[in-house]
Parts: sequence; structure tokens; C-alpha cells
Amino acid sequence: MVPIRPARSAAHLLLLRVAVLVTIALGANYIIWRWFFSLNWDAWWIAVALVLAETYSLIDVALFGLTMWRARDRELPAAPAPDLTVDVFITSYNEPVELVQRTAQAAQRIRYPHTTWILDDGNRPEMREAAQLLDVGYITRGADWQNRPLHAKAGNLNNALMSTEGEFVLILDADQVPLPHILDHTLGYFVDPTVALVQTPQVFENVSAGDPLGSQAPLFYGPIQQGKDGWNAAFFCGSNAVVRREALMQLGITRYVLEMERAVTRALTGAARVLARASRADDAQDPIVQTALHEVGAAIKDTRAAIAAGETIGHATYTLQQRMAAVSRDLVAVDLHLLTLDLAAIAELELETDADNGVPVHSLELLAARDLSPLGALESVQVLLRSIDVDRSDEAQPLMPLATISVTEDMATSMRLHGLGFTSIYHHETLALGLAPEDLGTMITQRLRWAQGTMQVLLRENPLVQAGLSLPQRLMYFSTMWSYLSGYAALVYFAAPAVFLCFGILPVNTTALEFFLRFLPFMVANQILFVISSHGISTWRGQQYSLALFPVWIKATTTAVANVVFHRPLGFVVTPKTRQAGANPWHLILPQIAVAVVLIVSTIIGGTRLALGLGEPIGTLVNVAWVVFDLLILSVLVPAVRFQGSTPKETTR
Amino acid sequence: MQFTVTDQGEGIAVVHIAGRLNMVTAPRLREVVAASVAAGQNRVAVDLSDVDFIDSSGLGALIGGLKTTRQAGGDLRIAAPNEQVRLVLQLTNMERVLTAYPTASNAFHG
Repeated sequence: MVPIRPARSAAHLLLLRVAVLVTIALGANYIIWRWFFSLNWDAWWIAVALVLAETYSLIDVALFGLTMWRARDRELPAAPAPDLTVDVFITSYNEPVELVQRTAQAAQRIRYPHTTWILDDGNRPEMREAAQLLDVGYITRGADWQNRPLHAKAGNLNNALMSTEGEFVLILDADQVPLPHILDHTLGYFVDPTVALVQTPQVFENVSAGDPLGSQAPLFYGPIQQGKDGWNAAFFCGSNAVVRREALMQLGITRYVLEMERAVTRALTGAARVLARASRADDAQDPIVQTALHEVGAAIKDTRAAIAAGETIGHATYTLQQRMAAVSRDLVAVDLHLLTLDLAAIAELELETDADNGVPVHSLELLAARDLSPLGALESVQVLLRSIDVDRSDEAQPLMPLATISVTEDMATSMRLHGLGFTSIYHHETLALGLAPEDLGTMITQRLRWAQGTMQVLLRENPLVQAGLSLPQRLMYFSTMWSYLSGYAALVYFAAPAVFLCFGILPVNTTALEFFLRFLPFMVANQILFVISSHGISTWRGQQYSLALFPVWIKATTTAVANVVFHRPLGFVVTPKTRQAGANPWHLILPQIAVAVVLIVSTIIGGTRLALGLGEPIGTLVNVAWVVFDLLILSVLVPAVRFQGSTPKETTR
Repeated sequence: MQFTVTDQGEGIAVVHIAGRLNMVTAPRLREVVAASVAAGQNRVAVDLSDVDFIDSSGLGALIGGLKTTRQAGGDLRIAAPNEQVRLVLQLTNMERVLTAYPTASNAFHG
């Protein structure tokens, strides 16, 4: 086995911990001084913005330090028992058939006995044919998925889990070509029955020298995952990972129970409210309607009481459904005209589900808010109660082992697995080679999607408050989410020097000496920490992109909030899915170009002010240096825009 | 692993399972329940008395069967789980969804 990096020594880890402590101490020294002794309140709008951005960055560094604290290198596990059963899933959506074929052929060459499946969400006849020719399994969505939320890749995997039976599942993206020993080197970890997941790196073979699009993530698939692994928080990253089926299924079951309980409680409460409102209306005086309303009300009350007294949801809902069915039969004779009118309205309401990930809009609130006639109310209550029956009829299948709350189902799923008490492993050895996006547009779409998914998880299942996770685990998940907020800090870091150079306004109220005495030690320690942690890996490309893609990160947070809070679709940026021949996509980075222009103009203005005796020399020098740094950061985008991919373009989901 | 289906009349079928109800045999249970519902017996009692091991995939098949029967206006009930099965039901909170009846023949007449 050839690990990507040499293992850390004990001395290295000690050095790293010292660097973490020194960095955090110097950072605290700096930030406390900034907050309490050097804020320029006369220019509070930029001063407070800057100190907030700096505080953000310090927290980011502290979380990074915590991540690195227990970074662990693992030894190759013992060879697995020979009789484990394994399914290899190759997930595809719209990738070219030849590409998937190539991966499937490599999957067939995996040495450990297994069954290979192509999970074709595109449902393409030519893919089915290719699978038959190769003699590998072929799975698409069945009829159950029609008119129900598809849940993208999570749905694709959940569907396949129901029709396969291996104890372990190796998940591969369509472009990730596995090496023959991928299972031999990962299955051994599962001897420990608590291990649910073994994640290996994602490495790309089509990346040219210098990696203009920052496709390789050597810091993440290396020190960061090793660090998270030290806290039993290595993430699932969607591909190149082996998962224990029992763990996934257990997750599916516990989520099913949890969601059933919630849905039933909520629907019963809502139904009672709708009924109470309906029984006050005029035509509720009709004796037949009155009897029906009374019976339904009693049924709901009894059900709530029964559940409170410990009856199972299955039994309680069954009894309820039987009583509701009886009421329906009695009502057939009654005025159907009113009913049809209301039914049309109800049908409309039911259609209003979140198209993007199928989270149902709270039809309950909508129904309760409407002025329905008593008959209509009755019917709407029935619809409501039917929809929350234990059969989970709003979903294609009752069990959804892979989380469907986010477009990054992988992170959400591993967090839930950790919450159940399972453990995860990060195995730092390249065992598959993939294809990275080859143009800026596709790359931006992909990064946006990751950032949006991460924000969805933060908003829907904030790791800081998840029961079942240890404090370090919570912080490890939170750390990744926190890092996606960098767009706002970047804006401030671009604005502050421009404000000084143009208007002579300093956000910091101090002397140059005092500032440098506090700032420089922190900055130096910070950089040393990075050098030690990265263990010889170049991290500059990653640092550049984390600031230079600020519009992407900002868009990700705003669209994720709109999605989770206001139920709007995530609405991806419109980027060409295939490379536009000959045209460099400058339009994709207009905000960054604007920032660069502002910075350059500011420098000219700052120089002029200095020449005229208006500017302050040291301040000008510092801020020009800052501008140069900002421009160096942004410069990463120039080769990225001009980059011409060498192989045919793939599209990503 | 063996499935025996007995028609009890009144649209009730008893599915008796012997052996392990796990990821290998779970798909079979789903088929048996679906076939039973298709034959008009939409009330299915699953007799677990001779099941000596169940895993989450097995529970998944029970939930799948519950869905199939409910959509046909019926129900799926479980009976006579042994110690290991009870423990799994408890561990996954499934005991809050499915009532375990003492015997399969009484599951629908309890």
C-alpha cells in the first residue's frame, strides 16, 4: 500500500498542538484588544463590520485547530473475512454511457467478491443495454416514485437499497474509477460492529498542473478528514465510501418512527382545530353533518388519548382510519356539491409541496386557515389523516435511510449515523480516481451545490443541538458549515482597504506600532499552524478559492435560507452545462471583477491623496499591501476563466 | 428460512416465518405480503414465534408490508416475537409503531 502522505510522528502532533494553542492565545489577545480597545466608533459601520469579520476568522482558525488536535493516521486494517457480501453501487444521472461503462468495468475488476449495479436515475435504454452487455445489475426508479419527490441522489440510493441485499455497499459516483483492492483495504474496518462508514479520498486524474480550478482538495481529503476522524467525526462524502447496510437501515427505521410520531401528533392537533372551526359554521346545523362532525371529533380525541396512554401508532391510526371510513360511508347521501368545490381547493393545496426536495409545505396550516364549509372541513380532515397514516403515502417508500433533508445527503446522513452511536473511519489512501469539472461554470455550480447543501443541514438539523453527538462531533460538523460563511467576511476584507484609501477612514483606532505588535504575532502563528497541519501539502489554492468565490458562498446561504424557511426551490445558477467553445466565461465572475476594479482605483486614489499630503503614509502603505494581497487572492480566477478542459465535458448534478 | 401462508378467512392471512428475517430474506417477505394483498387478503398477521433473528432490513420489510396492506385498506400486525426480536423493536423504537400480539391467530380478533 502506498499512502498519499507519510504518517505523522508523535513529535509532529505535539508541535501541532503547541501551534494550535499559541495561535488561539495570540488570536484572543488580538481580538479582545480589537473589540475593547481599538474600535473606531466614529466609523462604526466599517469598524464593526471588520471586527466581526476578524472574529469570524478567529473562530474559523480555532475550529481548525480543534480539528487538527487529534489528527490520526490509520494503519491498513487486517484482511476482511472472505464471506462478506458486498454491493457496488455506481450512481448515474446524465453522464455519458461510455463514462459509466468505464467505471462499471473497473468495478468488475475489484478483487473482493461483490455484485456491481448501475443506478441509472436517467432511466436510459442505452444504459440498460450497456449494463446487460457488461453483465452488471441495472436499477432505476419504479412506479412508486411517480408523482412523488425523487430526492435526487439520496432517492436513487434509497431505491437501490430496497432491491439489493449485500451486507456492505460501496458507493461510487459515475466518474470514480475504483482500484481492484478498494474493498480489500476497507472492509477490514467493519470487524468493529460499531463502524458504519469507511470514507476514502476523492482524487481526480484529469487535473492539469497547477490545478487551475482547485479541484483537488488535499487539505480536506487529508489533514481535515484525519482530524475529524480523530474525534470520530469523519464525514461521508457521497462517493468512494463503504457503508454498512444494517447501519443505514437502522437509521431508516428510527427516522421512520420519529417522523411518524411527529406527523401523527401534528395532524391530529391540526385536524381538531379544523373541526372546531367548522362546527361553528351555519350549515353545521344539518343533523347528518352534525353527527358526522361529532363522530370525527370523538375519534380524534380518542386517538390522541390512546397515543398519550401508550398505544402504538400503528394500532391507533388503524382504528382511526376505520372510524373515518365509517363516517365517509354515512355521508355519501349528503349534498355533494359543496364537497366538490372544497375538494378542488384542497387538491390545489396538496400540490404545493417543495418541488426541490419534497418537504411538504405545511398543508395543515393552509387548511386550517381556509374557510371551508363543515363538509369540506370534514373531508379535509380525512385527507389530512389519510396523508399521515403509517404508510407514508407522500413518499415512494416508507424507509429513507439516506437523509433527504439536503442536496448534500452524504453529510446529513453521516451526522445522523453518528447520532445513533455508530462510528466512521477516514482511510487515507487513494482507492479510486475520478474526473473533475473542466470549466469554471461547472465548477461554480458544483461548489454552490455543496455550499447550499451544507447550509440546508445547518438550518434543518443544526449539529450544535443534535442529541446523540458528542461535543467535538458537533463542533466538527459545525466547523465545516462555519467555513461556508466566509463570503461575508471576504466582502469586508475587500471593502476595508478601499474605504481607507478613498476616504482616509481607518476602522482601527490605534498607532501603527501597537497594531503590528498585536496583529503580526497572531498572523505569523496562524501561518505556521497551517504549514505544520498541511504537512507539506500546498494549501494556497484552497485559501484563494475560499475568499475568491465569495459570491458563491453568499448566494448559497441566501438561497438555503429561502429554501428552508420560505420553501422556495434552491434555483441553481444558470451556467452552461457544456463548455462554450472559444468563449471565456468572464460573466461568471463579474462581482470579483468589480471588486478588483474598485481595489485598483482605490490604490490610485490613495496614492494621489498621499501625494497631495492628505493621506497618512504608514496607513496607506499597509492598506496598499492589503490590496495587493486581495488582488493575489482574486488572481486565481484569471487562469480559471481561461482554462480549456482537455477531455470532453461531464455534467454534474 | 421458510414462509408459510395460511388463509384464515375474512380477508385475513397468517404469514409464519421460520429462521432469520434479515437483509437476505426481507425481500421475500415483501413479496409474500404483496401477493397476499393481491389475493384479497389485506389483513396480514406475521407470526414471528419461530424467527430467531431479525435485523433492520427485516424491520424494513415489515414496514413495507404495513404500507402495502394499509394502502389496500387493511393492516399488518406482528405476533409472538422472541427476546432478540423484542430487543430490536425496542432499540429502533419500532415498538411505538407496531403492537406485538401474543398469537398470530388472535392478532385481528384480540
